[in-house]
Amino acid sequence: MNSVRLQHFLTRNTYLFSLLLLAILLSVNYSLQDNLFELRVLNNSMRTLLPLILLAVGQSVVVIGGGIDLSVGTMVSMLVAVLVKLINAESSAADIALAVLAACGVGIVAGSLNGLAVSYLRLQPIVTTYATSFIFSGVALLLLPRPGGQIPTELRRFYAQTPYGVPLSFYVIGVLLLLWTLIRSTRYAQYLFATGSHSQAAYTSGVPVRVVRFSTYVWAGFFAGLAATALTFSTGSGQANIGDNMTLDSIVAVVLGGTRLSGGKGGIAGAIIGVMILRVIRNVIFFADVPTWSQTLVNALIIIAALAGPGLFGLVRRMVKK
Amino acid sequence: MNLSSVSTGIQRSFPFVRHLTPPLIALLLAVLLFFAGGLVKPNFVNINQATNIVRLAAFLGIIAAGQTLVIISGGEGIDLSVGAIVTLAAMLTFRYTNGNNGLIWWGFVLSCGAGLAVGFVNGLGIALLRIPPLVMTLGMTGVVQGTILVVTQGEMLGAAPPLMAKWIARPLVFGLPGVIFIWLALGVLMWLLLNRTTYGKHLFAIGTNRTAARLSGVRVQQVVMITYMLSGLLAGFGGFILLGFSQTVFLQLGNNYLFPSIAAVVVGGTLLTGGMGSYWGTMSGALVLTLIDSLLRAMELEQAYQLIIVGIILLALITVYGRQRSLRQ
Repeated sequence: MNSVRLQHFLTRNTYLFSLLLLAILLSVNYSLQDNLFELRVLNNSMRTLLPLILLAVGQSVVVIGGGIDLSVGTMVSMLVAVLVKLINAESSAADIALAVLAACGVGIVAGSLNGLAVSYLRLQPIVTTYATSFIFSGVALLLLPRPGGQIPTELRRFYAQTPYGVPLSFYVIGVLLLLWTLIRSTRYAQYLFATGSHSQAAYTSGVPVRVVRFSTYVWAGFFAGLAATALTFSTGSGQANIGDNMTLDSIVAVVLGGTRLSGGKGGIAGAIIGVMILRVIRNVIFFADVPTWSQTLVNALIIIAALAGPGLFGLVRRMVKK
Repeated sequence: MNLSSVSTGIQRSFPFVRHLTPPLIALLLAVLLFFAGGLVKPNFVNINQATNIVRLAAFLGIIAAGQTLVIISGGEGIDLSVGAIVTLAAMLTFRYTNGNNGLIWWGFVLSCGAGLAVGFVNGLGIALLRIPPLVMTLGMTGVVQGTILVVTQGEMLGAAPPLMAKWIARPLVFGLPGVIFIWLALGVLMWLLLNRTTYGKHLFAIGTNRTAARLSGVRVQQVVMITYMLSGLLAGFGGFILLGFSQTVFLQLGNNYLFPSIAAVVVGGTLLTGGMGSYWGTMSGALVLTLIDSLLRAMELEQAYQLIIVGIILLALITVYGRQRSLRQ
């Protein structure tokens, strides 16, 4: 491969640095925890990770389109409340399917609210989605004033299964990556990246910027519905603030995955890798016997180092150029 | 007819409306909300209640001062670490003065120093390593919280010096608590900083257009560094002041001020895209947010409805003047 093509390959696949980081962290993790890749352990980790992965995928679509969504976590809380309201221990498969559809539907409505405000009222995404997050928390609390809920045991078993010796979560990730590859070659993806990298130029060259921007928030709402579904299936109950902390994690994961926060660059693969990095860091700290009260600090320092990695690279390159 | 043509129409028929800048709108709104409180609860409108609201707003306003600078600096500038810095500063003062009035100055120095140090690291990451401000300051939040845990080992030992409560939270002169005077003094200092210093001029310049600022001789990286350091310093000062009111420290103490500090800046008419804004706007914004909060509390609504109403009011406020340029313009 000549250098121009290599450079092109690297700019298109922004997640490569993160993949390298994940590989390093995973080998450290494996050396400390030798049952890491055993099916049972792997399935357990992936099962608890899937909700954040789904949420980060939605977040990355918004970020690529040049926005940000600070309401996704509270949206998950609200949608878990919807699911817990609709599902009980005796629900049939059809009931559950309807509940999941309802959660995704409400997610799409909530996302449309964000999309309308940001794209058509032209409000700044950070404060807009911060404001709507209050509304979603309020609705979550209305629906579920007390923690609770029950799901059929078969459902939890269904979510924990490992067809052909591979955790269910990997199939979900595989489908997402496949769909993303297909979407990347459509005009919609071109519009999405154009909107994110330079909305003014995109608008001038005929890209329906407002529609595209609107759609990114709808995607985030839809994925919040999927995340809420995965969360409900794995925990089996809900409480009105269960997803609130996922918002900031989803943003950090997106950035760790190499997606540029200013938009127009990145992909969902990076977001998935980013979530895994966050989890593996936590694993390493746990198995390295870091003292309890130092764990938060060590965790944060590693994340800062991971964020600084590409920056250091850029700094050195800028200094060499001078 | 869309919203913007309606507003130009209004401006044409009522020329005085044109002088309504966002900070002024926020201030008028605050006054309006206060008297609206009287309709909800007859004993809401009195001088004690007004004093109390200004006192509560003062803490938010002081904490939001650094946020104002960071947001004006543009480049997606935002400081998510202010909440953690507030807690850190309050914890340090609580722990090391241990209720000793003679050590208050050390608490002050420690608070501001710790804030400055965190701001310095934020600045390094953002200006030098070009990490987006949002994630850099979010990451530093984790570092600061981690540091608090390491220092305290989960136990908040210490005490607030009694003199701090006397100077800050209790009535000092004319029945007004000291924090209001501190806030006013900070307001004057911030106005001087933004409007009468080279730093202020450069801050607005880099907020408007970094390339243009660099080409006209502004040392952009240096101004960004100073801005995040000031933000950390002011947050540390805010934490120190807050201890005089809260009297205790817990891990989430400052967190409750993080997003309100951003909202206060935006409600006060400072553009999140940078280059435009004022601290007196933030002061009005802090008053509006505190009033909304007090009003909802006075109405004794369920928490769920309170949350929903706060969300709708925030949306309405930013719809009035937080709108971005149309692509067609």
